[in-house]
This record gives sequence, structure tokens and C-alpha cells, in this order.
Amino acid sequence: MNGEMTAHERVQIARNPQRPGIRDYIDALFPHFFELRGDRLSGEDEAILGGVALFHGQPVTVIGTRKGRTLQENLRANFGMPSPEGYRKALRLMKQAEKFHRPIITLIDTSGAYPGMKAEEHGQGEAIARNLYEMSALTVPVIAVITGEGNSGGALALGVADRVLMLENAVYAILSPEGFASILYKDASRAGEAAGVMKLTAPELAALGVIDGIIPEPQGGAHTDPASVMQALDEAIAAQLRELMKLQGKALAEQRYQKFRRMSAFERAELVRQPAARQENQP
Amino acid sequence: MTDVFARRRFRLRAMKKLMDNYLPADQLVACPKCLRDIPIAQKEENLSVCPHCGYHWPIGAKRRLELIMDAGKYREINADVRAGDPLHFPGYPEKLQKAREATGMNEAVLTATGMIHGHRCVVCALDGRFMMGSMGAAVGEKLTLAIEHAQCNRLPLIVFSASGGARMQEGILSLMQMAKTSGALRRFSEKGLLFISVLTDPTTGGVTASFASLGDVILAEPGALIGFAGPRVIEQTIGEKLPEDFQRAEFMMEHGFVDAVVERGRLRDALGELLLVHQGGRHER
Ligand SMILES: [Zn+2]
Repeated sequence: MNGEMTAHERVQIARNPQRPGIRDYIDALFPHFFELRGDRLSGEDEAILGGVALFHGQPVTVIGTRKGRTLQENLRANFGMPSPEGYRKALRLMKQAEKFHRPIITLIDTSGAYPGMKAEEHGQGEAIARNLYEMSALTVPVIAVITGEGNSGGALALGVADRVLMLENAVYAILSPEGFASILYKDASRAGEAAGVMKLTAPELAALGVIDGIIPEPQGGAHTDPASVMQALDEAIAAQLRELMKLQGKALAEQRYQKFRRMSAFERAELVRQPAARQENQP
Repeated sequence: MTDVFARRRFRLRAMKKLMDNYLPADQLVACPKCLRDIPIAQKEENLSVCPHCGYHWPIGAKRRLELIMDAGKYREINADVRAGDPLHFPGYPEKLQKAREATGMNEAVLTATGMIHGHRCVVCALDGRFMMGSMGAAVGEKLTLAIEHAQCNRLPLIVFSASGGARMQEGILSLMQMAKTSGALRRFSEKGLLFISVLTDPTTGGVTASFASLGDVILAEPGALIGFAGPRVIEQTIGEKLPEDFQRAEFMMEHGFVDAVVERGRLRDALGELLLVHQGGRHER
């Protein structure tokens, strides 16, 4: 429905403060949600929200980034920029899901991992790396949904999934368009132009084989009619889960690993290969 | 935010100048730490370590392997793998061409097999002169192929990191290499094989947040900058200047993320010792 929009316009919609947040998705899709806190190592990071719930009667673990609804919540959640404690809590809950054979649903909306002193001292890089490492071998289904912004390793740390879905106006990128423009054009104000070449919109990422499905949004964006988006997301997750529940254990982990293993784009100095040759492997 | 990136850019440019410095010339070079002038020949002889203050200059991948491997010998694998231009990013092919000419390498990582103190292993080294040692899809592929080669042949793996992080010009595909290399290491580890990660100046961004942080043993060269976010970005976030030792190898060791800080001159022997204790790292399972 939003087919005519530019990448820059989608970035603006993805960041709209009126856009549904993780609590809205949980309230709509995951009854009996019970929040679980802390990484059992050193702390609790409110930028990540996680817990157990039911989805269509099926026990699931839900984990996502939280920006907060009010200014006070924004501050406590560090505006949705997680710290190592948050990523380690997420990993703890994922391992717990594995123990109880529960599928995992992650909801991603973050401008990136928090670039602060404490975060570095506590191993931000290690925490993200550890999640990528462990998620690649989880023996339960993992579905990731990018609902708003998914920037950098801070988003990927919840994104190593069997299926990666995106809302139609969500964006997923190596870096914010502002950061990208600053580095490559030496001018952050050229963010709109950067967004145009970064291939960060859902249709572009689907074409590259990086994501597996797009959840349609109403004209103007998800905030104009949240109920319709919740409905569409509910159906999409249910459909993917039905497929994934057919596979189990190591076979599932192997399929997930191979999906990322195939994300290549390179040449042999003589022989030329095609980028992201995933088309023949579409699920 | 503009300011953050402007300052980061300045730092990157300064670093690039520094790296260009070690191209051969029979003249003096100033140590960036103690500012003393050192004859290039003396600097080379001293493994690009300042004889006065111990500053470790970044070194290229070929030089790295020559210093580490028995008799300086190794056999390169997948030397022909190099970046395409998957996003059709304006100016990227030209940039790659320049980097290839400047370094004589096809990509920012050299992958090889060879011996260290008589132990056969797979060794990879990123080269900071090649687009800041950044990881795009070809670097991710070469590393993954090296991990798979080590796994197939039950060999230990050693990776020397020197990188600004993920390569911007390949966008999301660069980001995906973080998941790819980390997943490959998870499978490698399941086979009971040894991975030693050596962090050199600088190791930041998406490289720190993937394979570089996943070693069974993590070593670092003295003074190496190691972190996820760059120091200038952090300074901008917190609004104050960072202490000089912040994110340095010694600091990372104190905080529990590095097993040992090892001088360049002792690195080869340290790796030899670790391989010996792991009985060559060729465990069967
Ligand atoms: Zn010096």
C-alpha cells in the first residue's frame, strides 16, 4: 500500500513516536505475558524487554527492544539502546526457551547498541558476538520481526532467526542513514540521499534475500491503524511458526546457519559470482 | 551528531596517514606516542615497535604472517576471493581498485595455512591498509572458508584482527557477515577445535562484535584500541573526554575481555606455547 514511498520517507515513518512499541505488540499478540528480568550476571537493562507468554495457545518466549512510552520510560530504557546486560538477558531467556522447547519471537526497534562508557567496560562487543554465536545454534524456532528501526550489530544481536520479517515501513541497516552519510559523504545532512542507496527498506532487503517476509502497513504507516497491523503480524507469525514447528533440534539450527552462510557477494578474481545468491533457496 | 562523525572521520584520516607511513623509505619516522624520530630501518628491524616507548605500529597482513610463521613461510588460501559491488555503490569499485594497488592484496584479509613452532594451523590476518581492514561480504566469506578449512582438517585457527568494523559500501550484507562468521565459529567450536583471536590496533565495531570476541583464547598487542563504539562517539554521547587508557588492550584485560597482552616480539612464542599445551589443537571428536 505504501509502494510509492522513498526510502527516506520510510525512515521517517519507522521513527514516528506514535508508531506502536513493543508493549503494544505484546498486549495485542501475546496473552499471559510474564516479564522476566536480569542477566543473572550483573544487572537488568530495561532497553530489552523479555518474558514468557502464549501465542495461539502455544508457549513462547518473547524478547525485544523497548523504547518506552513516556519520557520517564524513555530514559529508563535508554531510548531503546541496549547495554551488554540487555543482550545477556536476551541470551539467558533464549537458552531458557531452548530448555523448555519454546519458540522464540524477537521484536526489534533500536537505533543501535548504546555507545557509552559502562557498555564498553562491560563488553558490548563481546555480548553482541556471543548472541550471534549462540543464536546460530538454538534448537528451537526463532522468528525476528523488525518493527521500526533495526540498526547495526545492536539489532542483529536479536536477529539471527529462522525467519526475519519486517513491517512494510521498517528499516534495517548497517548504521543510521545520518551516520552513513557522515562517514561516506562527510555530511550528515545528506541522510536522505544515503537512505536511497543503502538498500534499507523492506522490499529492497527482500530482494537481496536478507529478509523473508513483509507485513503490510496502512497508508501513512502502522500508527494510523495499529489494529490492522497487529492482525497481519499475528497471521504472519502463526504461518511461519506452523512451518518451523515441522523441523526440530539440530536440523533447525543447521537450516538457520545455512541461511546466513549463504549471504555472500563476492567475485573470484577470474570467475564472477552473483550477489546474495539466495533466490534458489527461498523457503 | 554531525560533530561526532566529523571527529571520527578526522581520527580515521589520521590513522590512515599513520598506516601509509610504513611503506619503505630510508628516512626518519616519528613515533606517534613518544614523538621521537626513528630511522625506518631500525623501526623495521624492531618489528615496527618503537625502541623508546614500545608503541606498536599497525603492520600489514603479509608482514604479520612473516613474523609469526615458521621461517616466515605460509601457503595462502582463497587469495582470489574479492569484493564485488553488490549494492552498486557509487565510487566503490574505484576505491577497491585503489586499495588493491596500494596493498597488492585482493581483499582486506589474508588467509593461509602454515606452521607455528611445528604445529600446523590456519592463520588469518586483517590488513588495516585495505579500506581500514573493514569486513564486507568477501572478507566474511574468506574468513568463513578459512574456518571451514580448519574444521575439515582439524586444525587450530588463529585470527589477527585489525579493523574499523563492517564495510559501509556493502551495507546490510556486511552486517550479515557478523552472523555468518560467528555461526561458523560456533560449529567449529562444537568439534572441539581451538580458536585463538589476536586483537591488534585497532579492533572495533562489527569485528569486535563478532569473530574477534569469540576466541577460546584472546590475546592483544600492547596499546591496541579494542571496542565496539569508537572513542569519539562515546565522548560525544557522554559529553566528556575519555581517559587515555580507555578501550586499550590493558584496560580490556583488566575488565575481563582479554586473556593476555603480549608484545609483538613475543607473540610467536606465546602462540607456540598455547599450541603446545593444546597438543597442536587437533582434538578428535
Ligand atoms: Zn615511541
